[in-house]
Amino acid sequence: MTTPAASAETDDLRNRVQELLSSHPPESVDRLDFLRARFDAGLAWVAYPEGLGGLGLPRHRQRVVDDELAAAGAPDNSPRKIGIGLGMAAPTILAFGTEEQKQRWLRPLWTGEEVWCQLFSEPGAGSDLAALGTRAVPDGEEWVVNGQKVWTSMAHEARWGILVTRTDPDVPKHAGMTYFGCDMRGPGVEVRPLRQATGEAEFNEVFLTDVRVPDTDRIGDVGNGWRVATGTLMNERVAIGGQATPREGGMLGMVTDVWRSRPELRTPGTHAELLELWVRAEAARITGERLRQQLAAGTPGPEGSAAKLMFSDLNQKLSGLLLELLGEDGLAYDDWTMRRPTEVHFHGNRPGYSYVRAKGNSIEGGTTEVLLNIVAERVLGLPGEIRVDKDVPWKDLPR
Amino acid sequence: MTSFPSLLHSDDELELRETVRRQLAARSGWSTVLERVETDSPHDPDTWRRLAAETGAAGLPVGEDAGGAGASWRETAVVAEELGRSLAIVPFLGSAVLGTAALLAAGDTELLPQVAGGERTAVLAVPLSSWPGREFPTSVTVEGGALTGSVTSVADAAVADVLIVPAQGPDGPSLWVVESFETSPRTALDMTRPLGDVTLSAAPGRQIASGQQAVDALQQALTVGAGILASEQLGLAEQCLETTVAYLKERYQFGRQIGSFQALKHRMATLWVDVTRARAAARYAAGCLATQDPDTAVAVAVAAAVCSDVAVLAAEECVQLHGGIGFTWEHPAHLWLKRAKADQIALGTPDRHRSRIAELVDLPLVG
Repeated sequence: MTTPAASAETDDLRNRVQELLSSHPPESVDRLDFLRARFDAGLAWVAYPEGLGGLGLPRHRQRVVDDELAAAGAPDNSPRKIGIGLGMAAPTILAFGTEEQKQRWLRPLWTGEEVWCQLFSEPGAGSDLAALGTRAVPDGEEWVVNGQKVWTSMAHEARWGILVTRTDPDVPKHAGMTYFGCDMRGPGVEVRPLRQATGEAEFNEVFLTDVRVPDTDRIGDVGNGWRVATGTLMNERVAIGGQATPREGGMLGMVTDVWRSRPELRTPGTHAELLELWVRAEAARITGERLRQQLAAGTPGPEGSAAKLMFSDLNQKLSGLLLELLGEDGLAYDDWTMRRPTEVHFHGNRPGYSYVRAKGNSIEGGTTEVLLNIVAERVLGLPGEIRVDKDVPWKDLPR
Repeated sequence: MTSFPSLLHSDDELELRETVRRQLAARSGWSTVLERVETDSPHDPDTWRRLAAETGAAGLPVGEDAGGAGASWRETAVVAEELGRSLAIVPFLGSAVLGTAALLAAGDTELLPQVAGGERTAVLAVPLSSWPGREFPTSVTVEGGALTGSVTSVADAAVADVLIVPAQGPDGPSLWVVESFETSPRTALDMTRPLGDVTLSAAPGRQIASGQQAVDALQQALTVGAGILASEQLGLAEQCLETTVAYLKERYQFGRQIGSFQALKHRMATLWVDVTRARAAARYAAGCLATQDPDTAVAVAVAAAVCSDVAVLAAEECVQLHGGIGFTWEHPAHLWLKRAKADQIALGTPDRHRSRIAELVDLPLVG
């Protein structure tokens, strides 16, 4: 299946990696220097344009680079810690940002020098994100922002936030929004931990009080924020549902490990349930691979939404089965004290924690119910929901 | 398992799909199928002959040197998907899949070219409910090169020119090609896949495999059958989903399209997710079969377990969401329902395939 052109491309990539490794030997060069050099060599994300950390190659070519660098023991950019930047902020900046913004933001985003967070949801705007009310008012070359954001992971570590605001309250909700990059260290930005059902606080509330955002940090046109945000959210769903996993990776592996190592826990009913879920998880894994093949072939399908729906359902069922299987050990919980994890993990690796944490999977990144609406309308072409707020100015909406 | 086969259709596969779909739509629409099921000879030999001649459907995985199309099980799966959509009554599963897989695995070169060319129909004589991993059948015995016994519920037996018969000989399991047999039709739940009981009375036969080779060949044929059947089930599920969604858009009650009710939208979206899962599983199984990937046994068991249940759900949703019209004889929904339910039992129920996975990936109940 490998064409001569593809194999020449692979050779070229390997050569570039070897050049990087010999000019910046990982064992003797500072981690950050190495990552910057990798970015400048176009080997950060090969699908990005030249000059912005990439080489304009198909996405699947990244694997050649990653495999070579991993084999050489080179440091990575800790992708788990900067997932929002890589998965959501970067594609948005690339698609809608100015040339100056791309040059300024993408390199430190990718190296992890500048962590990004997402300032979208509000207490009064969850599934109905377009109803959000954080106001941005122009003042000279700046915007003055006031409002409250919620469910912001990594806000306490972040240097930048992707921020959606209301700039025109007199038009219907989808029309009057504008998108910004927001300096999280600026005056008026207050981050407070938001303690969740697991006991810890992965997420934050962010209070914005007279925050001054320069117009040069606006992403996309004034009033075009909904379109920009929609692009970001599509990337989020791909990021949540589309990770490559080996067979029995993720939540399933926690259950099969216990099954194999503790035969005394097995019962016919749990066996039947385990096999049912094993098959579903394996089919979901193959669906994820199919999605990646579509992306690599440049024909992305709507499978991203399907993968997200499968993934949240599976994590919940598997984590529930695990506790049932564990019996007495399933009664235990490791630690309810308030903690601040440094990375987001969609199901964790401790049984009781996974059960509680996975409940968030069908809420974060679009609730299951909203995603089913999206599939029904955009994929299957079924009629949209009746929209009573469609022609109503945002300021007149009941709330 | 380090690298996946392509799970997307190639340009050639897309072209094959279009050709098959066009032919079946022109020659064997569901109203034609519905007319045929109540006749004495429901099989549609003209459609089968045309399909075999134009697409090589009778011998896709057989090399050109052996009279086949020189393609693979991937292309066979493409045709199966279309047959699952149309339910055309042709001996594809019995001969082009099960029979051909058995002949290939047994290393037969005498009968295979005639079967691959579509000149003769060679049906594997096993109950359609057989599954990969079942014990070798004992209902037919061999004495002095002559076979005696019976096999029930054989798919496509009515149009078989020859049978490939698993039989117990003096030296244990063996596979035979038999030309002389009696067939009596069964009234089948799935009216679009006629079943027959075959009886052999000291029938002369030609042995094509014996001992472990016979056991392996039968196992291989049933594995291929279950893997290809998954694509048929996928096609049926796709057809049911599309038909139901179309109906939800055109049917008005309470002054609105019934597809605007969220309860129904969510059911269709959930089914779409299930069909998406089934598509990935079926393509992976076909890809593994085509290259004899070491992961084939697991891939087939997963595809069979997933696609069986998704096809049944899709057909059941199709009946329910069509309301009254979906329960009538003249609407095709009942044809899809019966095929889906019979397919769920055919070549291993989902539970049997899951039990097989428990063995293959070391997740036993005991031990």
